[in-house]
Amino acid sequence: MEALYLLIPLSTLLVFVAIWIFFRASDSGQFDDLEGPAMRILHDDDAVPGKDAPGAP
Amino acid sequence: MNGSDKGDGSGEGNPCFHCGQPVPAGETWPLQIGGHTRAMCCVGCQSVARLIVDSGCEDFYLRRTVPSARVDPEQLLPPELALVDLPLQAQHHDAPATDDQAAELVLSIDGLRCSACVWLIEKYLARLPGIRMAEMNVASARLHIRRDPALCPTSVILRGLRGLGYTAYPFDPLRQGEQARRASRRLFRQLFIAGLSMMQVMMYAVPVYMTHEGIDPDMMSLMRWASLFLTIPAVFYSALPFFTGAWAGLRARAPGMDLPVAIGIAAAFAGSAIATWRGEGEIWFDSVSMFIFLLLASRYLETAARRRSASALERMQQAFPASALVLGGYPQQRDTTLVAAAQLQPGDVILARPGDTIAADASLIEGETELDLALLSGESRPQSFQPGQEAPGGAVNLSQPVLLRVVRTTRDSTLAALTRLAEQAGQGKPALAQWADLVASRFVVALLLLAAATFLAWHLIDPSRAWATAIAVLVVSCPCALSLATPSALAAATDRLLREGTLVVRGNVLEALQRADTIVFDKTGTLTQGRPQLTAFWSEAPQSRMLAMAAAMERGSLHPLARALVQEAMEQQVRPVDVTMLESVTGAGMQCQIDGVLHRIGARRFVADIAGDVLPGALNQPVAAGAGAVYLGSSAGWLARFDLADALRSDAVTTVAAFRRLGLRTILLSGDQPEVCADVATATGITDVVAGCTPQGKLDYVRQLQQGGAVVAIVGDGINDAAMLRAGDVSFAMGKGAALAQISADAVIMSDHLQAVADCAGMAQRTMRIVRQNLVWATLYNFLAIPAAAFGLLDPWMSAVGMSLSSLLVVGNALRLSRRARGPGRVVDEASSDVAAPAPALAGCV
Repeated sequence: MEALYLLIPLSTLLVFVAIWIFFRASDSGQFDDLEGPAMRILHDDDAVPGKDAPGAP
Repeated sequence: MNGSDKGDGSGEGNPCFHCGQPVPAGETWPLQIGGHTRAMCCVGCQSVARLIVDSGCEDFYLRRTVPSARVDPEQLLPPELALVDLPLQAQHHDAPATDDQAAELVLSIDGLRCSACVWLIEKYLARLPGIRMAEMNVASARLHIRRDPALCPTSVILRGLRGLGYTAYPFDPLRQGEQARRASRRLFRQLFIAGLSMMQVMMYAVPVYMTHEGIDPDMMSLMRWASLFLTIPAVFYSALPFFTGAWAGLRARAPGMDLPVAIGIAAAFAGSAIATWRGEGEIWFDSVSMFIFLLLASRYLETAARRRSASALERMQQAFPASALVLGGYPQQRDTTLVAAAQLQPGDVILARPGDTIAADASLIEGETELDLALLSGESRPQSFQPGQEAPGGAVNLSQPVLLRVVRTTRDSTLAALTRLAEQAGQGKPALAQWADLVASRFVVALLLLAAATFLAWHLIDPSRAWATAIAVLVVSCPCALSLATPSALAAATDRLLREGTLVVRGNVLEALQRADTIVFDKTGTLTQGRPQLTAFWSEAPQSRMLAMAAAMERGSLHPLARALVQEAMEQQVRPVDVTMLESVTGAGMQCQIDGVLHRIGARRFVADIAGDVLPGALNQPVAAGAGAVYLGSSAGWLARFDLADALRSDAVTTVAAFRRLGLRTILLSGDQPEVCADVATATGITDVVAGCTPQGKLDYVRQLQQGGAVVAIVGDGINDAAMLRAGDVSFAMGKGAALAQISADAVIMSDHLQAVADCAGMAQRTMRIVRQNLVWATLYNFLAIPAAAFGLLDPWMSAVGMSLSSLLVVGNALRLSRRARGPGRVVDEASSDVAAPAPALAGCV
């Protein structure tokens, strides 16, 4: 149980680190668009597979 | 994502390969895509598809999951695009733009349908020369571009995007509420921090509630200190909106909902901090952070719903500057150049083609025409103008191309004057005492008195517990459910209305609408369609034959009455007859040969020249007020008369009836002639009619009503309605009306159905009913919990659980509003029948 005396202050510290990381991420615009990245990940520059795929590079 | 299920799109019978709508028989617009011939429905879709294929982005058709929007070829390349490059130079000539500024470009994009659209836009732009970076922000529908301005001017980018079928406008941060967006980003951060803090503090709170043996005092103290530190960000960052709101309320001497919240937070936090410092007494850090989080969450949802409405409205309104065609070398030369309307100087000669809006106040110098002043004055019938007469800016030219000499700059023109009138009207608007806040502020005062009384009482009984119990009263009552009651219901209702096509732009709509006791309707464009329709037909011959002839002759005409006749023929599916030698006679009508006989259609005098002066009996009936008559005749005699007038909307009668059932006084306030207004009022069942009003007159009338104690709801669509829309307690603008009216109104009916106003009223009743239920519940809870706390009976965990449950109940109840179970038509009836019931209950418990 003695470990808790270290772990509780550590967890408090970790929360403040998390807050700092969140602010940095928010400043850099990571939360400005919560929909776009989910769409973009499906479309890289590979040709779309398919029987009648048009003349893709 | 696989394209094989799309099959072969070639041949007739299949829907348009681009937009998915049916391809008209016999008219396919074929295009080779990926080795197959695909059929398109129109030239617009075809040109978009061709651009997509030519730029090497044909994979788009395999990636997309929904068909694209149908493309209107006229909208593809508006001439105003050329202006986009010009104003930039004009605006920045005093402060030359640095390279960095010119290289960055932000555009608003409309028409995104699925993820493939994002792919197509980014990929297409990446292939343009001079583009360094193009990134689409889907949430805000904005496109960020970094480019080399010399290689890639703005107009090229806009033209490219339009060519792909998306509407793109230069983004103006000032105009489009960038500040509101920044505020919402801040709110999101505060919400996140509060959530994080809440979860962590709860980790230390739960063991304390759960344990039976008790916790080691050292460990307890450590956990309390940890909780204190974890609550600090929530109180000193996340709760800032409540503290500033409470302070603003105090300064305005109208304590609102924020005051009890702020006092609750501050007192609970201070009490807990002191208890932690002393090492004895209760702490409520978990309650504090949870409270902050829940309140912020409902506030965030409400602003998000409203912001979505506002941005939909922004994108809808045309962002191009008004433009005018100037004849620089008049009278020697007739070449025109397109300039921004703001640059017009008195003395400039401008050309107004049929369909153009006259950019500034100008006097007619060449040609005679009919002008549509409906949006300016509310008059439904076009007015004819002769050379020498002055036409107001904002009027729409209907029949002939004319030349005008500008009299006043746009800044001083009629339109600008009306805009200023609307702005002034907004300043005089009666400050709405928010009903929910009124309830809250009474609750606050009562609560503060009770807490003070508790403190005094316990000070006499047991001084050591006085502070703790007083805080318990504040915290347990913490008007959590009370303050969630209104915003959560408003958020759910606003979101639902947005999905149904009603944009609620300002916050007071639902609350004011259910209190409204008077509703004012504009006539032209609001109760009526705002465009002429066939209302009467006079002839010996069958209507379909006459309509077939009329439609054939009027096809080439731009006159609104002519267009209405062609439209009517299309709706009745009458096939136009074959005509030869069709020609237009300026200011009079059309003439042609049908089966070798000369026919004329148009003004009475014009037709009388070939058909004879004496009208047959049927055609000689009086023309109804506000209607226009079109005569048809041949060299053999008179054939028919078509009466066209601005017809009522199909849902006008039911909408007015719905409001009358709700017990509202209905008023028709119009700039049109009294007879026309009286007809419309009789047809719709409106009791009070005020006709011939100027915009100032409308504004004065509404103010007069308000001074008499009425709460006025207003529905309008024109520029002349803007001032009264701004002044009304709650106002609606029609989706097809003037932009100025939409900016001035509290809500915009995008669907352009008048019925939506009645639906909105039904929604307002239901919302307020839910709010009342929530308030009743929250008040009941407080009635039980506060005395219990005041007598020192409640453990902190009990109040935490009680608070959470009551909050959940309130939010769950509010979410019922966003369900779509009921048909829109029934909402009004349902709300009107039982709206009276909860009101007395509320009066009893506040």
